[in-house]
Amino acid sequence: MISLANPTRFLSLVGAVVPWLTAVVVILLGTGLYLSFFVAPPDYQQGETVRIMFIHVPAAWLALFGYTLIAIAALGTLIWRHPLADVAAKTAAPIGATFTFIALVTGSLWGKPMWGTYWVWDARLTSVLVLFLLYLGLIALWQAIEEPGRAGRAAAILALVGGVNVPIIKFSVDWWNTLHQPASVFRPDGPTIDPSLLTPLFVMAAAFTALFVLLHLIAMRAEILRRRVRALQQTQVARAAMAEA
Amino acid sequence: MLDLGPHASFILAAYGVTAVAIAGLVLVTVGDDLKQRNLLAALERQGIRRRSAAKSTAETPTTPGTERPSAKKPASKRKTTPRPRKRKTPS
Repeated sequence: MISLANPTRFLSLVGAVVPWLTAVVVILLGTGLYLSFFVAPPDYQQGETVRIMFIHVPAAWLALFGYTLIAIAALGTLIWRHPLADVAAKTAAPIGATFTFIALVTGSLWGKPMWGTYWVWDARLTSVLVLFLLYLGLIALWQAIEEPGRAGRAAAILALVGGVNVPIIKFSVDWWNTLHQPASVFRPDGPTIDPSLLTPLFVMAAAFTALFVLLHLIAMRAEILRRRVRALQQTQVARAAMAEA
Repeated sequence: MLDLGPHASFILAAYGVTAVAIAGLVLVTVGDDLKQRNLLAALERQGIRRRSAAKSTAETPTTPGTERPSAKKPASKRKTTPRPRKRKTPS
């Protein structure tokens, strides 16, 4: 693991993994969509709208996964000051924000036919909206500070402070009386969803997770290369200034 | 054609928004990766290379801009302050 933390070794690993992971994503996504539309039966209460669950729930899981990843990487930035930790956090933010956006929009589109409204200010929905705003704040912070090291440390502090929102989102449906249903998959007494609906859900969750990892690896490679380009351009400017002098 | 019932528009809208958002994310991410690779290749064609790339591969390569702030310099490059010699005191 320590040897992979070297950026050059990490780049060669990404180059080897990306083609295989792309194939895994295509296969899982194709299988998941087939199961979601052609195999999964309509729910006895929700009817066909249950098919929205196959994208809404994995997107919501990955919204939390993305922020947890950023919070762990923030510790790596602040404690060990490892540059790959900062790169991992910075590049996970836009991906996590996209999955949070998908969870919010698909949840809203599922809520209208089931609850009669697109939006209510209940604890689960509001805390996920706060998560989306935290993602946007982190992206803005990284964009606002030019020097990567300073930007990384400032964003790491914000990420750790915002990390308190993750357990709030997870347990909001237990702590408060919400319109959003309580957890129905990861429960101490097992899932309350029928296996005919659970299988497509898990396949889509695996597909989305593989897609998250794939995009994160590609984005990390791009960020490492961006820092190399920046350093080389500074060298180029310095050489030109020396030649003029 | 798949019959999605009376709420088909909500289901299709949810999948449509997801598809557009993911496609956008993929395009931006892959596009940025390609752009950075092309920029780096262009700089290297101009003869501007990283020190570690120019040196022999014997040393562990590092990425400019991503060095550990606390990383110690190799022993050969470390500045050593000479220890003050003990003065011989006349006996």
